[in-house]
Parts: sequence; C-alpha cells; structure tokens
Amino acid sequence: MITGILTGFGILLFAFVWQTSLDGINRKIVGRFQKRIGPKWYQQFRDIFKALSKTGVTHGWVFDFGVMMALGGIMATVMFLPVVGYSAFPGMDNFFIFVYLLAVGMLGMAMSSVGSGNPLAGIGVMRALTQMVGYEVPFMIVILGIIFGHNTSSLSELAAIQQASGIMTWNLVKMPIGTVVAYISLLGMLGKKPFETFIAPAEIASGPMVEYGGKQLGMLMIMHEFATFIEVTLFVTLFLGGATTLFGFIAKYFVVYILASLISNALARFKIDQVIKFYYKVPITLAIVQALMVVFLGWGV
Amino acid sequence: MDNTVEKQENIRKGWDGISRFFRANSIWMLMYCTGCCAIELPQAMTSRYDMERLGMGPMATPRQADVLLITGYLSLKTLRRIIYAYEQMSTPKYLVAFGPCTLNGGIYYDSHAVINRLDQYLPIDVYIAGCMPKPEAVMNGFNDLIGMIKRKEANGWKKYEQNKDWYRKNQIQALGELRIKDEFHE
Repeated sequence: MITGILTGFGILLFAFVWQTSLDGINRKIVGRFQKRIGPKWYQQFRDIFKALSKTGVTHGWVFDFGVMMALGGIMATVMFLPVVGYSAFPGMDNFFIFVYLLAVGMLGMAMSSVGSGNPLAGIGVMRALTQMVGYEVPFMIVILGIIFGHNTSSLSELAAIQQASGIMTWNLVKMPIGTVVAYISLLGMLGKKPFETFIAPAEIASGPMVEYGGKQLGMLMIMHEFATFIEVTLFVTLFLGGATTLFGFIAKYFVVYILASLISNALARFKIDQVIKFYYKVPITLAIVQALMVVFLGWGV
Repeated sequence: MDNTVEKQENIRKGWDGISRFFRANSIWMLMYCTGCCAIELPQAMTSRYDMERLGMGPMATPRQADVLLITGYLSLKTLRRIIYAYEQMSTPKYLVAFGPCTLNGGIYYDSHAVINRLDQYLPIDVYIAGCMPKPEAVMNGFNDLIGMIKRKEANGWKKYEQNKDWYRKNQIQALGELRIKDEFHE
C-alpha cells in the first residue's frame, strides 16, 4: 500500500520533470531548426513557475473548479501508468482505464474554459472535441486490432509480449500500417501543427486558454505536460515495446516526441473541416485495412 | 511574537526574490502594433536577434501576457483599447513604449486625434529610443527591463494602483467615458 502510493508519486514526479525538461530541449531544437539559438533547456520550468507566481483573475467558481478537475484528473491518470515496470496499481493498467480517465481531465478543462464565457474559448473547445472525434476512431480501431491479436488489454502485458524477442516482436515491425495511423492520431492528441486547429494562437487567440492568466495558466501548463506524458507513453508502450530500462524508455520517448515536434514545425495548420475529412479518409482506411489483416489473415499476431 | 513576524517577513522576502528570478527570465509579450515601430519586432524575434534566448515570447491574449508593448503613436480610439487590455493583464505587469511618439507625440505632435504623452494615462516602465528603434535598441530595452525586474525597479503597476484616481481622471478627460468591465459576466 505505502510502496504503491510512493511509486505513484515517484511516477508523477518523473513525468513532470522529464516532460518539462524535454519541452525545454524541444524548444532549443526547434530554435536550431529555425537557425536561432533558442532558450535555455530549463526555460519551460521558469515559464511554469513564473505563471504560478502571478495573480490570477477568476470568472466564477466553474472556471476555478474546472482547472482543478483538469489537473487532478490528469494526475490520477498518470498514477495508473506502468513506467519501466513500475506501477502504482499493479494489474489495473487496462488500456480502457486511460481512455476514460483522460476524458475526466479533458472535460474539466472544457468545462472551465467555457465557464469563462469568452466566445473564443467556446470555439476552441468545440474544435478540440470535434478533433477528438476525428482521431479517436482510427486510433481505437488500431488498438482494438492489437487487443484482439494479443488477447489482452493490459498495458504491461502488451509490453511484455512485445519484449519477447527484441525488435522483431514490436508492434512497430509487426503492424507498420497501424503504427503510422496511431502516430498520425498522436499528432492530433498532442495538438501538433497539422492538427493544431483548436489552439491556433493567431486565429482564435489560443482557443480554450484564452481567458487564463497567472495561477490557472500555470496549472494548465502542468496539466498539459502530464497529458503529453500519458499520450507519448501510451504510444511507446503499445508500439515500441515499452521499456525495461529507464534509459531505453527515455530514448524511445525522446525520438517519438521530437519527431512529432519536427513534423509540427515543417507543416502548416489545417482548418477544422480539413482535419475531420483527412482523419475520416486516410487514417481510417489504413486502420480498417490493418484491422482486417489482423483479424482475418492473422498477420502481426 | 516579534520573532514570528520577522520570520514571516523573511519568508516573504525570500519568496519575492525567487519569483522575481522567474519573472525576469520568462517574459511573455502582448504586442499592440499600432504604429511603424512594430516592424522592428519581427527582426528582434526571429533568427537574427532571437528574443527567445532571453525567455521572451509572444502571447495571444492580455490575460496571459506580462508585458504590453506599445509600438508607436496612439490615437484616442487606440488608447481606449490599450487601457482595456492593460486592466485585463494579471499583476505584476509591465509596459514598454517604443519611439518618441509615446514620449511627446513625435511627428504627430500637433494632430487632433493623437495623444502626446502616454505616461499621463498609463505607467511606463521602459522607453525605447529611436524613430523607429533599431532591433539592437529593442533588445537593449528588453535587457533594461529584465535588469529592472531583477532590481525591483519595474514598479509601474504598483504606481498605477496607488495613483489610480489621477490616471483615471486623465483617461476620462481624454476619452470622455471609460467602461472597465468583465463583458462576459453581466
């Protein structure tokens, strides 16, 4: 019990420190990408703590409560993640837990930002939920194929199955089409550039974040770091075979996240209707092809 | 009794120092690009001078921003929006004014539609000289602002709180009517 709780807080601390540092490193890499020097690697920490040290305005209790619900929901989700074999609640890392718990945090943020009353926040939330409908369907088809093929939906068991004989049993090698689809969905989840429609700072003034300042903005930035950690860790566990060592985990995580960020900086932004049309044309077709291959031909099992 | 008060004071001072370190090294800007000085900001932001290495970056809304940049002359209509934006920012907030137009009206000093001295209406922390200021001058001004935040000298927002009546009187004199409100909750 005590060790479980300590493990949970350890995972939380690791998630915050690692993802926030990586965001700083990422800003540095993007800076070099654009022929700039870029900020210090710990710039993201400074931004978060600065935001927490400012005063914040309130727009009523729904606004404040939603921020706490978002941060709390996301932190609870992180505690269920199995990271490098450590897990706060062993045996309870079913994939569907994450699907449901992630929604708590996201809905908290949606409630809070709509509670601010700003029309741009409403547009942003509407776009975020529409985009979620877009990427969830192909993503879930691929994941259900994996669960059908391996006969388990536990994340740690899926990781163990993939670790059986090195790189050849990773889902990346066995289901390459599904991996591509899941990566495109991951770009949508992270809000990276072709699917950045719901943030869009130049168009709808950063969408759901439009009315946040000071402490609430700091808490939402922490929430964003945790959400990114969950999404990238899910991808690493489901397709890159998880990791048995901390170094392996960090290396895989780094490659997945930095690649997403580089793609983001090379592309322009879709409109929301283009996002949905794209997701319902290309990735969903590929996802169905992958699922048919797994279910009827038994390839990649 | 005195001991605990002293302790609390020390804690407050320590926390103040820490938060000033973070504030000085992470400045988010709200750019109000009214006049010609705004054209000097892209050079300061992109690869030639790279503002982000000082921890500065553009932000989309007044709520998120720390510093309001006023780039050039201000007509009366613009002044009204500037005041609304400044009142929305969360404290501590800073204000940087570009060029002579904000200082004494610049080349528009005799226009009926343009205000001459911005510091009658809002507290300015840093003026940046030049018409228009070169990117070097812009970066120098931002360095000055960072130094002032570190040395606890960027107190424009405190001055505004203390002398609010005086500022409000000037604003109403220029604009006639001023409605500061939360327009989404009426």
